[in-house]
Amino acid sequence: MVTTATIISDLGEFDVRAGPGTGQGDGLWLDRDEAAAATGWALRPEGLCRGDVCVPVPRDRDAAFAADDKVNIAAFWDLLGMPAAHSRNGDVWALGETADNRTASLRSLDAPDFTLPDLHGVAHSLSDYRGKKVLLATWASW
Amino acid sequence: MWQKLYDELQDRNFIIIIAVAMDSRADAARPWIEAAGPRYPALIDRDHRVAELYNMVNVPQAVWIDEDGRIVRPAENAGAYEAFRSLDRQTMTVPEDKMATAAAAKATYVNAVRDWVLLGPACGHLFAADQARARTAAPNADIVQAHCHFRLGQYLLRQDRAAEGREHLAEAARLHPASWNIWRQAAEPNETGLAAGPEFWARVDALGDGYYYPPVAMAGMPQ
Repeated sequence: MVTTATIISDLGEFDVRAGPGTGQGDGLWLDRDEAAAATGWALRPEGLCRGDVCVPVPRDRDAAFAADDKVNIAAFWDLLGMPAAHSRNGDVWALGETADNRTASLRSLDAPDFTLPDLHGVAHSLSDYRGKKVLLATWASW
Repeated sequence: MWQKLYDELQDRNFIIIIAVAMDSRADAARPWIEAAGPRYPALIDRDHRVAELYNMVNVPQAVWIDEDGRIVRPAENAGAYEAFRSLDRQTMTVPEDKMATAAAAKATYVNAVRDWVLLGPACGHLFAADQARARTAAPNADIVQAHCHFRLGQYLLRQDRAAEGREHLAEAARLHPASWNIWRQAAEPNETGLAAGPEFWARVDALGDGYYYPPVAMAGMPQ
């Protein structure tokens, strides 16, 4: 059974404590505060919320989604139809956004922000360059 | 390609940001970036975050973003022309006319960027918002799932969990077959470090009449 997990999300990479049930079936039980930091989704009385969007805990299945101060992020991700992939033993999870969210973001024409390091390890965000025209180009070593 | 343009325009409220996909098995982008010595930010994008967020499938692709952080040209081929598809695989040469077309395509693209920086909206290369939206390729459920497997796979490779990591890269490539980025990152490099072995050429051949670098919709661009 795993007791720690790495969460890879749009917000970055996070090492978190993992509660019992993580790695069994599609369980990813996180402390609510760590879940909020790693995913942007916070457990509140009205459900799991990000910004103004709240997803109620399914009434008849609440034990599968939240217990005490823990939340099963994998169960919510599945409920919301959001993409996820995890390692065999459940100690590493990549949590993505729905195609609809990605598309809405692009079609808003507000350039999605990101933060990446340069060769010296210095982090650069696209938003650091607001006020300039930006040619954002890709290349690869292969 | 970009350094000269940047040097020329750096005092014009303009920046180039290049996101370099890096082979996680080695620090493969480092020599390339160091050799180029760019004076604009060259960022290491091991997990293809830019490709994920902007739904890109190949390199080079580029997006034009204005001073307010608005996309004025969505992700597109950044002026590359597929001259390499006319490569004679016996003599390893490309016909001169194809090389000339490739040079013209690159020059047309660079000139358009210059026009945009110097002239702004008057440059004639910007899309109105509804056009820009219509030209934005939307990801589907398989593509967003593919990026999850890709990020997980890259992470596992960095943790020396190679066999498991490669399974996720393979799944990513299966889910998003249009992505050359994912396929080439997952492929075994040849002796020169490029993912350009027989399997690459088989995939290129399978394109048939399809494009590897789709032509850029831009005035004067060779098609």
